[in-house]
Amino acid sequence: MIVNLAFYFFSFILLASAVMVVTSRNPVHAVLFLILAFVNAAVLFLLAGAEFLAFILAIVYVGAVAVLFLFVVMMLDVDFAALKEGFQRYAPVGALVALVLFGELFLVVSGWSTLAGAPAARLYPTPDNLTNTAALGNLIYTSYLPLFQLSGMVLLVAMIGAIVLTHRDRKRSLHQKLSAQHARTPEQTLRLVRPELGAGVSVPASEKEAT
Amino acid sequence: MQPALSQYFPILVFVAIAAFMGLAFVFGSKLAARQKPYAEKLSAYECGFDAFGDARRRFDVRFYLVAILFIIFDVEVAFLFPWAVSLAHIGLVGFFSMLGFLGVLTVGFIYEWNKGALDWE
Repeated sequence: MIVNLAFYFFSFILLASAVMVVTSRNPVHAVLFLILAFVNAAVLFLLAGAEFLAFILAIVYVGAVAVLFLFVVMMLDVDFAALKEGFQRYAPVGALVALVLFGELFLVVSGWSTLAGAPAARLYPTPDNLTNTAALGNLIYTSYLPLFQLSGMVLLVAMIGAIVLTHRDRKRSLHQKLSAQHARTPEQTLRLVRPELGAGVSVPASEKEAT
Repeated sequence: MQPALSQYFPILVFVAIAAFMGLAFVFGSKLAARQKPYAEKLSAYECGFDAFGDARRRFDVRFYLVAILFIIFDVEVAFLFPWAVSLAHIGLVGFFSMLGFLGVLTVGFIYEWNKGALDWE
């Protein structure tokens, strides 16, 4: 009873916030509604018995991806007048693309068929007396080990790609190099001379600029 | 109700209380307090001044880099959870597969450290 009520309640919020993501004018509000949609999807995962997926959705999507979306949206210089400009001109092309996409989706959904064993398999999402997390762990690190290692490679590529694309060496500020300072010895910087009276000291040109 | 799902019932109660509190803070003042809105209440007063510009300006791409690096290590930690739970069943191969995974990501970590992507200025 409570499960059914909770399912309808949270899926209603999920659908409503998804509609708000598309229709809200302020992109920052759209991202905030997207976060609400993620949280409600996590609750639906929980109701379906997929606890691990629910919490990973909360941790990764709500905690990290949504923040990234917020950054991207805030970095865009949103000018609403410029966005509205040209709407009339591009509307027919957009409508055509939407029509083609709708036709494709219609063809896919109308030809939908399920495998004979699929509904039965869906009824038992985890093996007996195992939590979600343990069932996933038993599979990922044994049967799907090569894919797991490949995902590590994908993460490495993402890391290096993000650094290469966005990182710039900025040498504007004069920051202290402690290692260079500690590595200096008196022999490199100091020379003791005992000049004759009235003769003065002649400084070589190589030492003059190092002041 | 499944036995596992009933353990989440306190969280549902907590969410309901939190939603009630949030709504009460927003709409409670509308019900309880007197409302006399006029334009002078919204204007700047004493040492205040009008805003210089729009808040929607571009900011540094380094925030984005930090967020991306955070996501990557977040996903890495997500892989650690099932590994830790089923460590007794996956044997040495599973154990060392995770060590290899961590090693690959440590290569990336050393790269970003040496590249200075973790330094702010």
